[in-house]
Amino acid sequence: MSAEPVDGRLMVEALGIHKSFGAVHVLKGVDFRVAPGEVTCLLGPSGSGKSTLLRCLNHLERVDAGTVRIAGDLVGYRTKGDKVYELPEHEVARQRRGIGMVFQRFNLFPHMTVLQNVTEAPTRVLGRPRAAAREQAMDLLARVGLAEKAGAYPVQLSGGQQQRVAIARALAMEPKLMLFDEPTSALDPELVGEVLDVMRGLAADGMTMIVVTHEIGFAREVCDTVVFMDAGVVVEEGTPAQVLSDPQHQRTRSFLSKVL
Amino acid sequence: MTAPPTPAAAAGAPARAPKAVPVRHYGQWVAAAVCFVLLALLVRAVATNDAIQWDAIRSRIFFAAILDGLVTTIWLTVASMVLGVLGGVLVAVMRLSDNLLLRTLSGGFLWLFRGTPVLVQILLWFNLALFFPQLGLGSFSVSTNDVITPFTAALLALTLNEAAYMSEIVRGGILAVDPGQREAAEALGMTRGLTLRRIVLPQAMRVIIPPTGNELVTLLKTTSLVAVIGAGDLLTQAQQVGATDFTRLEMLIVASVWYLVLTTIASYGQMLLERRFLRGSGHAGRPSALRRIATDLRPGRNRAAGAVPPAVPPAVPSSEERGAR
Repeated sequence: MSAEPVDGRLMVEALGIHKSFGAVHVLKGVDFRVAPGEVTCLLGPSGSGKSTLLRCLNHLERVDAGTVRIAGDLVGYRTKGDKVYELPEHEVARQRRGIGMVFQRFNLFPHMTVLQNVTEAPTRVLGRPRAAAREQAMDLLARVGLAEKAGAYPVQLSGGQQQRVAIARALAMEPKLMLFDEPTSALDPELVGEVLDVMRGLAADGMTMIVVTHEIGFAREVCDTVVFMDAGVVVEEGTPAQVLSDPQHQRTRSFLSKVL
Repeated sequence: MTAPPTPAAAAGAPARAPKAVPVRHYGQWVAAAVCFVLLALLVRAVATNDAIQWDAIRSRIFFAAILDGLVTTIWLTVASMVLGVLGGVLVAVMRLSDNLLLRTLSGGFLWLFRGTPVLVQILLWFNLALFFPQLGLGSFSVSTNDVITPFTAALLALTLNEAAYMSEIVRGGILAVDPGQREAAEALGMTRGLTLRRIVLPQAMRVIIPPTGNELVTLLKTTSLVAVIGAGDLLTQAQQVGATDFTRLEMLIVASVWYLVLTTIASYGQMLLERRFLRGSGHAGRPSALRRIATDLRPGRNRAAGAVPPAVPPAVPSSEERGAR
């Protein structure tokens, strides 16, 4: 447990995060904060721990040390007195409802239509009536520009369309926080724009977003904060102007010189 | 070849094939002729064998006792298959659980029931009363011999054995589903149970169905083992009839004919199921031998290879149409 005070006004407060996979120490004491409504981009070379950090936020990975709080709630654990207890699986599932996640490889459910992909969790997890879930799903699909694809199966869609459905699927749970794990890395270059457009719209609507990305242009234009990670630690963070245009650290400079 | 064959050409349809004389497989025709002659000799040897009373076979194939046995065999197969699949799913999920107790229990189950011959298991269940004359908990107790009839002993043995084998098939199917699917479901707040039911198992079916059809055919034949405890199945009945009027061999042929009928039906059902579940996954079936010969002998086949292309493409059904027949 960290001794630092808990700031209830933050959407995300991750303190002292350590995570290893076997002998590989991926996260080495990461502190990370995101205010409500803020769009944060995580940049860094492959293997720097960006995706792992993101996956720790919704407990897809269990942290080895440190704490993650989302909107003030400890993720994956509860405290009683001085003791920390692990939460049972269904409690973790409950916490994840409020955290949407979009994956690099879309991970749409291939055996369901686009509409079923979007309505599955609201009906089964939240118990929303089918008609209401359907109506909401159609609104969301219209918002990502895919209302006419409601009856299609994922395999019939392009990568960009699949990723937009995946965003609609996550939004259907009405999350307070959206995590994007390299959402455009698996896309053909000409399809990247349509996905970034949807994300831009979300940011404009005030959604709190954390985006692991290699799209420096997107980071510069949309993000409020850029966090640069390397070798499992946060090297520097600040506004896009600070980090991208005037990096203070040699590692940031050398990374940016390669990707720009 | 200057151009790769089109899918249509690969399937034997000449419509858009390049102008080339197809490779002639003379060796195949010679081999086919040799096989045909040998097969004909074998059929003649069996058909003209004086030791086999063909009249007896013809007259006994629809005996009431045989049809009774047939019903018992079907019932035993279906019941132990359904229970075996359900048990197999349960054991597979236990094997993949995080819970050490469940993993150990299911591993032990598999070790025991897959590791002993099903014939021995049938005999053990049938003789259960030798170790446990009474079955029950506390004050509730029944005589083992009342519960364990030959049929229930057979059903128990076959079901448990089938559950052990099915669990490995189901486990393979579950493991074949992309882990990203589970993560996506859990990120949406679905519990593990819900994820398994709604996301993982439906996708695992594609991998589970083909070997399950195979299991059904195997199980159908394995039921004949219960003849050792006289469970009233097809083989039991056939042997009983054969023992009474000295038509032992004939009755074995009668039983074989019925087993062939059943396995043929089961194989056909498996093919239909597979076609349904593998649809769109790029595993197109190959045409059967008869179908290929029919296509090869179709007039006009070689015209596509000749100098003058046909004005109208020959009416060869597309692979989809052929599959639907």
